[in-house]
Amino acid sequence: MDLSVNFAGIKMKNPVTTASGTFGSGAEYGDFVDLNKLGAVTTKGVSSVPWQGNQTPRICETYGGMLNAIGLQNPGIDLFIERDLAFLKQYDTKIIVNVCGRTIEEYIEVVERLADTSVDMLEINISCPNVKAGGIAFGQNPELARQVADSIKQHARQPVIMKLSPNVTDIAEMARAVEAGGADAVSLVNTFTGMKIDINKRKFALANKTGGLSGPAIKPVALRMVYEAAHAVKIPVLGMGGISCAEDALEFIMAGATMVAVGTANFNNPAVTEEIIDGIKSFMEENGINSVKEITGCVS
Amino acid sequence: MAYIESQVKLADGIYSMWIKFPETCSIRKAVPGQFISMYSKDGSRLLPRPISICETDAINNMLRVVYRIAGKGTEEFSHMAAGDGISVIAPLGNGFNINNKGKKALLIGGGIGIPPMLGLSAALKGDVTAVLGYRDGSLFLKEDFTPYAKVYIATEDGSAGVKGNVIDAVKHYGISADIIYACGPLPMLRGVKAFAQENGIEAQVSLEERMACGIGACLGCVCSSKEKDTHTNVNNKRICKDGPVFDAMEIEI
Repeated sequence: MDLSVNFAGIKMKNPVTTASGTFGSGAEYGDFVDLNKLGAVTTKGVSSVPWQGNQTPRICETYGGMLNAIGLQNPGIDLFIERDLAFLKQYDTKIIVNVCGRTIEEYIEVVERLADTSVDMLEINISCPNVKAGGIAFGQNPELARQVADSIKQHARQPVIMKLSPNVTDIAEMARAVEAGGADAVSLVNTFTGMKIDINKRKFALANKTGGLSGPAIKPVALRMVYEAAHAVKIPVLGMGGISCAEDALEFIMAGATMVAVGTANFNNPAVTEEIIDGIKSFMEENGINSVKEITGCVS
Repeated sequence: MAYIESQVKLADGIYSMWIKFPETCSIRKAVPGQFISMYSKDGSRLLPRPISICETDAINNMLRVVYRIAGKGTEEFSHMAAGDGISVIAPLGNGFNINNKGKKALLIGGGIGIPPMLGLSAALKGDVTAVLGYRDGSLFLKEDFTPYAKVYIATEDGSAGVKGNVIDAVKHYGISADIIYACGPLPMLRGVKAFAQENGIEAQVSLEERMACGIGACLGCVCSSKEKDTHTNVNNKRICKDGPVFDAMEIEI
């Protein structure tokens, strides 16, 4: 039985990675998960210089989900390469680096710094709802998204995944736009912009007023969008949004995702990624499935 | 999986729970000021509840938490009984520095910040005074402190001890100290920091914040720090990983 997948030319030992921002660079989860077992680790977004992030509270729980407005706090590319990448290189897993920026030039600066490293893939974050410039501003306009993909492709040495926002009218159009810009893959969905109010304090639960909704609450919508994107483009799809068990992961695969990412579920169970990989394997064994490819996009 | 050894109600909305851990998960190295992540069984509540450790029982590999019902998650915990299983990660974070070389210690606990002070009072050697601040005369845990510390009380409504806050009580009784340890609501910690600064006393404070991962990965629970933090190299220390106990002068509260 073959759990491996070919994702935009990169061979992953299985179709499971982590969703950016929920797993740091893996170091904090090493006590709970054997990082060697993951198809890939997708890192938290990294920018050209350190970012401070938003004010607290940055987190609140909602029914079956959570809102976050971290604001892409990160150490910047220098410390990231020196520390986080050096850490990840010790493991037998692929490395997907999530890249963020306020301008196209900032994205390119990070992409160029990563050119000569052992990073396997780049995931370009044009969908963070919690930062004012860059982020989602690029992810809600098809022409801007195409331009970002096109500019980055001219500088990237690794395959480029464009991470899409669900906060759009037509996800298929966004997927087609980045494909036209030369993207090697798309990943979706990032979080849905949401809000919570503390009625006793008469205040927003988050200092940023709004935050990104994630967790099981978004899964059906995310699945629908992954299905639509997978049918709109020829490039492979990395599907995510509320995946918290093997059944969820298999739904995304059957909807057309070549790979899946596990995010918020890591907060509920830090060992969940390994459990999902084992669960996919069991399902394949029980159903006589020899390769993940057999079921990728099988529901259409 | 850990198991509930026992649970009792101490006061309105305040519960005391002993949790027994399997031998594969030793909590014997836990120090006062560290916390645990407790997970709900209800799938609609994803995030662990960070609860401070009240005290530990090394012989039986058990620890005690005393918590207030603050929402549906803690309410769920309050209905649990002896023998029930619970998912817990423990211990987490950095606790108080208890190597104080016999310095005269003042422990200040406010409300649900009182429980970690109990384990601390037991761990400290030498001259230990505890000032405990309550809303009213429902003085949960007060008696537990008596073997370890001289205890003074402040209540908001004046029903016991000094009417007012913990700093009012410290001033009223003229309590002096070489080092202060504190846990409680933010306004109290600000008062403690100001008092420590005015009197040139070293102070360690325990902070709380909304957390998601509890292990230092998500950057949800940062606080402003004077020094650059080790994670991001800005000035945002992680309460779950770098704290929850900090030198009061090191953080902006």
